Amino acid sequence: MSLMPPPLAILAELTHRCPLRCPYCSNPVALARSGDELDTQEWVDLLRQAAAVGVLQVHLSGGEPTARKDLEAIVAAARELGIYANLITSAVLLDQARVEALAAAGLDHVQISFQDSEEHSADRIGGYAGGHEKKRAVAAFVRGAGLPLTVNLVVHRQNLDRLPSMIEMAVALDARRIEVAHVQYYGWGLANRAALVPTRAQVAAADAVVAEARARLEGRIVIDYVVPDYYARRPKPCMGGWARQFLTVTPSGKVLPCHAADSIAGLVFESIRERPLAEIWESSEAFRRFRGTDWMPEPCRSCDRREIDWGGCRCQAFALLGDAAATDPACGLSPHHEAVAALAAAESEAGADAFVYRSFANIVEAAGRAVRPGLAPRGAAARPGPG
Amino acid sequence: MGPLIGEGSIPRFPRGARLQHNAQRGQWIVQAPERVFIPDEIALAVLQRVDGATSIAAIVDALARDYSAPREVIRDDVLELLRDLVGKGVIAV
Repeated sequence: MSLMPPPLAILAELTHRCPLRCPYCSNPVALARSGDELDTQEWVDLLRQAAAVGVLQVHLSGGEPTARKDLEAIVAAARELGIYANLITSAVLLDQARVEALAAAGLDHVQISFQDSEEHSADRIGGYAGGHEKKRAVAAFVRGAGLPLTVNLVVHRQNLDRLPSMIEMAVALDARRIEVAHVQYYGWGLANRAALVPTRAQVAAADAVVAEARARLEGRIVIDYVVPDYYARRPKPCMGGWARQFLTVTPSGKVLPCHAADSIAGLVFESIRERPLAEIWESSEAFRRFRGTDWMPEPCRSCDRREIDWGGCRCQAFALLGDAAATDPACGLSPHHEAVAALAAAESEAGADAFVYRSFANIVEAAGRAVRPGLAPRGAAARPGPG
Repeated sequence: MGPLIGEGSIPRFPRGARLQHNAQRGQWIVQAPERVFIPDEIALAVLQRVDGATSIAAIVDALARDYSAPREVIRDDVLELLRDLVGKGVIAV
């Protein structure tokens, strides 16, 4: 019998392929090639194992999950197993027929990301001309098929001033839920931090916009808000704690406690091609490494919030300090907090707006920046603009 | 601004929300968009009677009978629960 409560949900990264090139993509900077992807049967088998341990929801994501022709089969398998099937999509590859086919396969919910409310800016940020209009059309197909819609708004310095109109756009698209998520600075986001990090004034304004919208839309639309914790007093309780509630399966079958965990050097993650999911969840060394509170250093260990914040984020501690076992520097109690917040604030005021777009091609440059996040921003390697 | 529901309303689970039993956990759960709710015993008794055909008044009647409790108390609890769940998008009327 299980020693650990089972995970609530799995983030299934079906592929790293994506037509968009968002500079804050949560995929790793070293992207998996399509030849390494799990096939349909491997995903269905994974879902069967997940259902057997008590997983309740699967978030079908990527890359762009609709780039897979077998998405309907994967959705149908999840539903048959009693797993809630949620699609997290950029929407640009979908048309009405495919939306209806996915609904017929039993899809429960769709989340569509929007990069901005203003078309030119949205297409520039996503690096994909015509994307914004396409998304608006697909959102209508989703509602037309009777599926509940979440509009996901990733916000940062270059679109935050339009947050009120972005929320109005989501209301007009008949979203049931809105997710306002500040960029989190790992991988591509970290490589682009100088271009994305908001000013303190923008964050304060955004907090007020969200509070006002929540009050106004209460009872009609749920708004979830993911805060940017560089400026916070306490860190985010990342993933509800390392390996406590969630896991991620990468396109090639690697099992991670979160989608960014692979960025931590020195941890070995196992694959469902080699070991059953239940065993990885319970006893894989990487999952046990930061589970619970025993691994914690001071000031976390004696902190009365240790089972609220769970020490913040291991990936952030590694990315910023080179030590995944350190207190997350987003926490005001970390000795590094002031330096990190000051660096972010300085970057936010410097106004270097060019992006390093997500792609397979400029991996080396982006990775080179990502492993040295403490340095002042260098000359941007971005190809300017979408296209 | 809370949702307007009363005893005559007929609650249902909208697409994207459902009540299901999870054998591995030995638990009833409400699945919703990127959310899971665990109902307590009373909430479960209410939600098991939500079928898209039964009115809130009929649900209250049945619960008052099954639990031998005053109808007004049950009614207030049921309305409060369902208003909360309508606000969360888990129930539609």
